[in-house]
Amino acid sequence: MSDYVLEVFGIYKTYTGTKPVLQNVDFNLKRGEIHALLGENGAGKSTLIKIISGVLQPDSGEIILEGKKIHLKNSMDAQKYGIAAVFQELALFPELSVAENIFIGHYKYSPFFKNIDWKNLYKEAENLLNSLGIELNPKVPVKNLSIAERQLVEIARVLSINPKILIMDEPTSSLTLEETQRLFNIIRNLKHKGTSIIFISHRLEEVFEIADRVTVLRDGQYIGTRDVKDTNMDELIQMMVGRKLEDMYPKVEAKKGNILLKVEGLTKHGEFYDISFELYEGEVLGIAGLVGSGRTEVAQTLFGIRKKDRGRIYIREKEVEISSPKDAITHGIVYVPEDRHQHGLLLPMDIVCNVTLPILQSLANKGVINKQEEETLTKRYYELLDIRATGFRQKVMNLSGGNQQKVVLAKWLATNPRILILDEPTRGVDVGAKVAIYNLINKLVKEGYGIILISSEMPEVIGMSDRILVMHEGRLVGSLSRKEATQEKILSLALGRGHLVKS
Amino acid sequence: MTELDTMSGIKKDSNISRLREIGIIFPLFFFGLIIAIRNPYFVTWENIRYILLDASILNIVAIGEMMVILTGGIDLSVGSNLALTGMIVSMLYRDLPNLPVILAPILGIIIGGICGAINGLFVAKGRVIPIIATLSTMYIFRGLVYIISQGKWVNAHEMPEGYKLLTRVEVFGIPILIIYAFIVFLLFYYILNYKSIGRSIYAVGNNPQSAVYIGIDKTKVLFLVYLISGILSGLSGVLYTSRFASAESSAAVGFELSAISAVVIGGAKTTGGSGKIGGVVLGVLLLTMIVNGLNIMRISPFYKLALQGLMFLTAIVIDSLIAERTQKRYRRRS
Repeated sequence: MSDYVLEVFGIYKTYTGTKPVLQNVDFNLKRGEIHALLGENGAGKSTLIKIISGVLQPDSGEIILEGKKIHLKNSMDAQKYGIAAVFQELALFPELSVAENIFIGHYKYSPFFKNIDWKNLYKEAENLLNSLGIELNPKVPVKNLSIAERQLVEIARVLSINPKILIMDEPTSSLTLEETQRLFNIIRNLKHKGTSIIFISHRLEEVFEIADRVTVLRDGQYIGTRDVKDTNMDELIQMMVGRKLEDMYPKVEAKKGNILLKVEGLTKHGEFYDISFELYEGEVLGIAGLVGSGRTEVAQTLFGIRKKDRGRIYIREKEVEISSPKDAITHGIVYVPEDRHQHGLLLPMDIVCNVTLPILQSLANKGVINKQEEETLTKRYYELLDIRATGFRQKVMNLSGGNQQKVVLAKWLATNPRILILDEPTRGVDVGAKVAIYNLINKLVKEGYGIILISSEMPEVIGMSDRILVMHEGRLVGSLSRKEATQEKILSLALGRGHLVKS
Repeated sequence: MTELDTMSGIKKDSNISRLREIGIIFPLFFFGLIIAIRNPYFVTWENIRYILLDASILNIVAIGEMMVILTGGIDLSVGSNLALTGMIVSMLYRDLPNLPVILAPILGIIIGGICGAINGLFVAKGRVIPIIATLSTMYIFRGLVYIISQGKWVNAHEMPEGYKLLTRVEVFGIPILIIYAFIVFLLFYYILNYKSIGRSIYAVGNNPQSAVYIGIDKTKVLFLVYLISGILSGLSGVLYTSRFASAESSAAVGFELSAISAVVIGGAKTTGGSGKIGGVVLGVLLLTMIVNGLNIMRISPFYKLALQGLMFLTAIVIDSLIAERTQKRYRRRS
């Protein structure tokens, strides 16, 4: 018998019947190893793990579990074989309790009538959560939990199945550093107990920290498998994008111009207090902080989505009142939200419609939209941002994550802003698209835009900002220049240990 | 629980949502008091018994409707299904008066079940949007009632005595109709809370995509809820014709709206995934009591619909206020 728990050969899968999502993909997993799966968005990682976990069925190819060929009809089937997965889109039920979310699909039953044994269920859930070091009331409905807590519940659910093979698709994407570390400890523990783990992450640092081996996919094809200790970041990036990347953060310093935006004592009770800062033309101002530190809330207040309780906002030294996004746009402020599906895009509509949405008024003549002008305008940003699509009229939902992000940007640039607030602009996009976004930021500051960059990825904030503000629990706790900033400094500020580094 | 007290914020939230169902008791008493002051007859045993009888049939239909609403769907055909099943069974007993009465509810369940299964096939297999599927069958079933009855009634004197007694006997002084309603309530309380199929209904309404990931057969669950709704409507059709000792083509027109109102007033979310069966029962009681109160206070029944709409709206506004509050708290914590 081979030392592989799971082997997958020649997987072929197509959704549309024409372009395959996966072709001839091989993959194998040793007992008790952590195997990272890497690839740009759209490389086919998620599809591959959905096939391994039974959610999708391959068009051809074999799955061999412990030397025996298996066919998985659905995810229940896979669970019976001991294969369980945490998917990127959380598979939780918001109205149901934590305990129920953990045990759904494999409830504890009482012996006679096969009733659900709630008492036992709550007790077991609490034990499981405690063993993971999570402090949660198992009776609380999941809708009341934060995103990070939900992620942990999802992980608890998968662990409650006691899987032989555990698959995690970007489990750390919404966790803070501390929570990520806790998760890694859990994963290492499982590994020592002999569980095999497939781990997907966009953060290469994490792969080097936790994984034993790594497999790279690109455009639905198998590129290669490496032992983590024999490879390095450059090689992996090259495998993922198919070309060498000179620098992840191609920061170009632009000429600092006049003061664009000044904020004084901005306060919203319960969310943030006493925020003051300035933003200059040609400057990238990074805002760092843990999830929940109030970064997004400040940004949304500047954009008029939330109302401030106190404080003043000056644009080019003139005080302005911003009480709605419309006001903000008039004053040249735009906000590109983090969750582009929820806030940013009309998915079933085409690129042109999305780009021109905020400025339809100005394109319309007596209420009739001038199609030609609409397309000319779209073309400008289409080319500026290098959007990759089959044409202007392609539906946005059929674009890759990176290109969707570009459409969001194009949409806001069409309003002719001076100040751009980018909230997690690179979350969930692949390495190649990230660099494209960084280059775009460079291009924009060169033209005199002021940019506020909110990001949880510390290297990104440090790599791209001229100045970095750090927030902790709704307050500004530090301001660092590009030269001063290090990951450690920002982190200790963000964790509220500012006095240690006060200079 | 003491070690969990640190999470008092969370506990409070779940309390608010839990209060939502019990909260119906307040308007129940409030309006009850007003009506009783205007006319003391309202609180006599005779009238209360009447309210409970009226509420019983609505309760059975509303519980079926709740199953559908829990999955995020809606069943508009319950009123027509009730009328159709009631008409078919009544005509059967008119023409074959010697048929054992015990068969009547079973026939109702079968015929109503067939109607429900048709909805279920459309929605679960055919992927037709529930409101469209059941709107069509609402008209089809109603049309069928007129066709088979040719617009004629089945009158009291044409019905066998046994058929009428089906809803008129009393057990230990309690009208049997109320007992039927109570049994249906108990049965579905048990299924929803202690059977995995019941939890699957909640799961599908909460997050259909995840339900598939977990391994729940979504198609089966969807089919099942429409089947249940049909069965309970069919059963109600028999009880309805027995209670009023007549079957008419235009029976229970608008009944689906009362059922949906009761479910929503009872705290179920129209988007699915949330709602308690106890709330639905209270919703049914509130609705029935107010209609009865209007009669007793000699206020024109024309106000009934407007008032029903108002209660519906109030329920939805309260729900969204609760949702907003919980959301706010959650944002603050995250």
